[in-house]
Amino acid sequence: MSTSESEVKVIVERCEALYHDVDLQAVVDWKARTGRAAIGFLPIYVPREIIDAAGMLPVGMRGGGDQIEIIRGDAYFQSYICQIPRSTIELGLTGRLDALDGVLFPSICDVIRNLSGMWQLLFPEKYARYLDVPQNFDSAVGGVFYRRELEGLRDDLEKLGGRPIDADALRASIVRYNANRQALERLMTLRREAPWTAPADESYLVIRAGDLLPVDEHTQLIDDYVAAAQRAHAEGARPMRDRTPVVISGAFCEQPPLPLIRTLERAGCYVVWDDMTLGARWLTADVSTEGDPLLALSEAFLHHSTPTASVYEPGAHKGQPLCDQVRRCGAEGVIFAAPSFCDPALLDQPMLQRALDRAGIPWTAFKYAENLGQFQVIREQAGTFADSIRLWSEQGTEQASEQRSERRHEQGKALESSRGNGERPGATSEQGSDHA
Amino acid sequence: MSDSSDTEKAVAAHAGSGKDDSMEKQKAMTADHFRALTRAREEGKKVVYTFVPGNLTELMHAFDVLPVYPEINALQSAMRQRSAQFIGEAERSGHSEDVCTYVKCDLGMIKNGNIGPTGEKLPPPDLLLLSYTGCFTFMKWFELLRQEYDCPVVMLHTPYQSEGRVTDNMRQYMVDQLRNEVIPAFERLTGKTYDEDRLRECLRKSARAEDDMVAVLESAKHRPSPIDAYFGGVYYIGPMFTAFRGTDAAVDYYSTLRREIDARVAQGLGPITPEGEMGPERYRLVVEGPPNWTSFREFWRMFAEEGAVVVASSYTKVGGVYDLGFRHDPEHPLETLADYCLGCYTNRSLPQRIDLLEQYMNDYSADGLLINSVKSCNSFSAGQLLILRQIEARTGLAGGFIETDLVDPRYFSAANVKNRIESYLQMIDQKRQQRRQSLGGSGGSPPPPGSTPLFSPGAEGQP
Ligand code: SF4
Ligand code: SF4
Repeated sequence: MSTSESEVKVIVERCEALYHDVDLQAVVDWKARTGRAAIGFLPIYVPREIIDAAGMLPVGMRGGGDQIEIIRGDAYFQSYICQIPRSTIELGLTGRLDALDGVLFPSICDVIRNLSGMWQLLFPEKYARYLDVPQNFDSAVGGVFYRRELEGLRDDLEKLGGRPIDADALRASIVRYNANRQALERLMTLRREAPWTAPADESYLVIRAGDLLPVDEHTQLIDDYVAAAQRAHAEGARPMRDRTPVVISGAFCEQPPLPLIRTLERAGCYVVWDDMTLGARWLTADVSTEGDPLLALSEAFLHHSTPTASVYEPGAHKGQPLCDQVRRCGAEGVIFAAPSFCDPALLDQPMLQRALDRAGIPWTAFKYAENLGQFQVIREQAGTFADSIRLWSEQGTEQASEQRSERRHEQGKALESSRGNGERPGATSEQGSDHA
Repeated sequence: MSDSSDTEKAVAAHAGSGKDDSMEKQKAMTADHFRALTRAREEGKKVVYTFVPGNLTELMHAFDVLPVYPEINALQSAMRQRSAQFIGEAERSGHSEDVCTYVKCDLGMIKNGNIGPTGEKLPPPDLLLLSYTGCFTFMKWFELLRQEYDCPVVMLHTPYQSEGRVTDNMRQYMVDQLRNEVIPAFERLTGKTYDEDRLRECLRKSARAEDDMVAVLESAKHRPSPIDAYFGGVYYIGPMFTAFRGTDAAVDYYSTLRREIDARVAQGLGPITPEGEMGPERYRLVVEGPPNWTSFREFWRMFAEEGAVVVASSYTKVGGVYDLGFRHDPEHPLETLADYCLGCYTNRSLPQRIDLLEQYMNDYSADGLLINSVKSCNSFSAGQLLILRQIEARTGLAGGFIETDLVDPRYFSAANVKNRIESYLQMIDQKRQQRRQSLGGSGGSPPPPGSTPLFSPGAEGQP
């Protein structure tokens, strides 16, 4: 193994340890070191800058994954509700979230929304706040509302932390998070341009490490990873393979287990973009460091958010951003991977699929739960999908490329009609109630 | 919310009232509305699709447009036994089996010609008014409908009452949206200028009808309750929650209904059910969650046969929680519309919902809380198991839990539901017995409920 490859390995191992840290030991240690508070937040997006400016550690909460057994959480949710709220409750009731001094519940769906009220009742001694985001994107309407909501959050954190959060502190945090987003963009660029250098599972772990690390430390970690991975590739490790570049859509909240991400790449895909860690990459531009920082955060949300299911699409361009994303990152297909019973992802899917069909971009779809343990069916489905795209690509000529786009379209249709017959081409989730 | 079923006829038989009774009026109002919809094109009327929670009916009347409520279409499709086919078609065309069946039923209905409950085609919308109140699915629903129709969409985002109160910021945000987005959209649609006096007039009528409706719902505090506030309740809320709030017809309907119910109270009568007069009232229940529509009558019968009457329900508050005192206020027309939307039941925090249910348990002298948890609806369902525990702990009364769906018959297992209801009622009997014993009674089998005030739980609170 080259030196650089060993460096990569060390970084990724550190990230993987953080991934497995469901007891939040890293947060416990940070608090012991700093004597400051930590605030958890559920997917997708919260303005972590405000928490950071309060001197607190923002902690990304992503359920229990495949790492905890649900014993008490199931008693709180019916079988037809997704997994993440039950594992979150389980984590809370078993004391694994004790390191958190509060939790933010961003507006993403009715499950997280109602979970905020459950939290108020189950953990009355802890700070809990639902963070509404505007679905009106006019600065003079939704912007005014959202800025005031952010003010409310700031005031709460001032009270909790016992110290004022001034504009300079907020600006300094914005600078830190801008730097973090820029580092993430460098990583995403690498994935886009040379996905063999930064495989999906590693990238995922590196980004997820930001759930538990202070922002500057995370930014450094991303840059270290990118540099080491590039060096390792230059040294001959991480060779390019013949795989199909794909985009993953629908996994923005409850996370697929790590083995599932590995399965997709082993099945012959390069995941060049995904929405799994969307919260960290939510804003597509730097937040302004001029003027009123809360206004800057509000404006950034209104005008530079990544389009996703939990946010209203005011134009009639549903699905266009996904098509653009596919093109931008040179992907050749889309894998819809949504948690079972996830309303936002699953209600959005037919609209996105329609847009992909129109654009001649092939897609396939399956559902998962965060604690999924069997991947064979998904592996076969992803493998077939990747192979079929590669096969068409090999035809090469212009005529063939036309045919290719036609066949992509047909494939989408074929999957649709096989779904109609109740057949399952390839995979399904553990729930066994999946569509193609 | 009326259809031509036997259920309706049964409910129509209120207090021996004749042809002019409330249900006849409701039927006539509904028929008129659908006739107007059918003629909308030729008469140059604009059609607006919108949702029940947080609807802006008065504003729509002020602009003279005709509302259509896709949720109502869906439940009516279910009552006409069409929903299974519609849902099936939507699923075959790519919609997940995991998501709300109202949406799929509506999409299936559109694919089948969008035929309304009167057998005539509903006109397509000229505007989709996305009143995004209390339910995430609404947003996706109209994004989906936008793909079916070539018409504008206007979003009215109602923030969630997460802290259990309406803040000035929330109210102002809504007023700003009404002023800057919704009203201009109506002006563009109709070519008319916003007429605040007309809106005030409608709001005044709303408040009058709301007073009467609350009196009707609160009549269930009597023993026996003259109404069933869930199965019967869905008929009573129909005009208020849909196209008629703010009209003379609604004012007239609710005053008539109130008179009929007052007469039942005076005569000491219980509710009318699909099978006729209900027998002796044996159990008084509060119900949380929407009903099942595909087997609505059968579902109701399971309660009525056991002498179980629903004295209060949360479902009859989805289109507005009026019994806590809210009335549309003509003096503050836009603010009142904002407060109305913000106050709808599913826009209330979970602690608020629990407080309200607890209040119902006490105010209505209920024997227990039964939750009908519907698979479709995360807005209602997520958290209901905690609601159940909290209510049991706070009141010491029995809680029950059944699972069905709104309009998907695959999730209504009659035998299972019946079993659960029966065991739940047995649990109430046991609790009564325990209570009697703890009060120093002699044990043995429970007395015929309602017959011995002392042993009839909640008798103390009897009006
Ligand atoms: S997985 Fe989907 S439905 Fe579940 S909490 Fe997350 S966004 Fe909501
Ligand atoms: S999720 Fe619930 S509130 Fe929303 S449309 Fe479906 S049934 Fe109605």
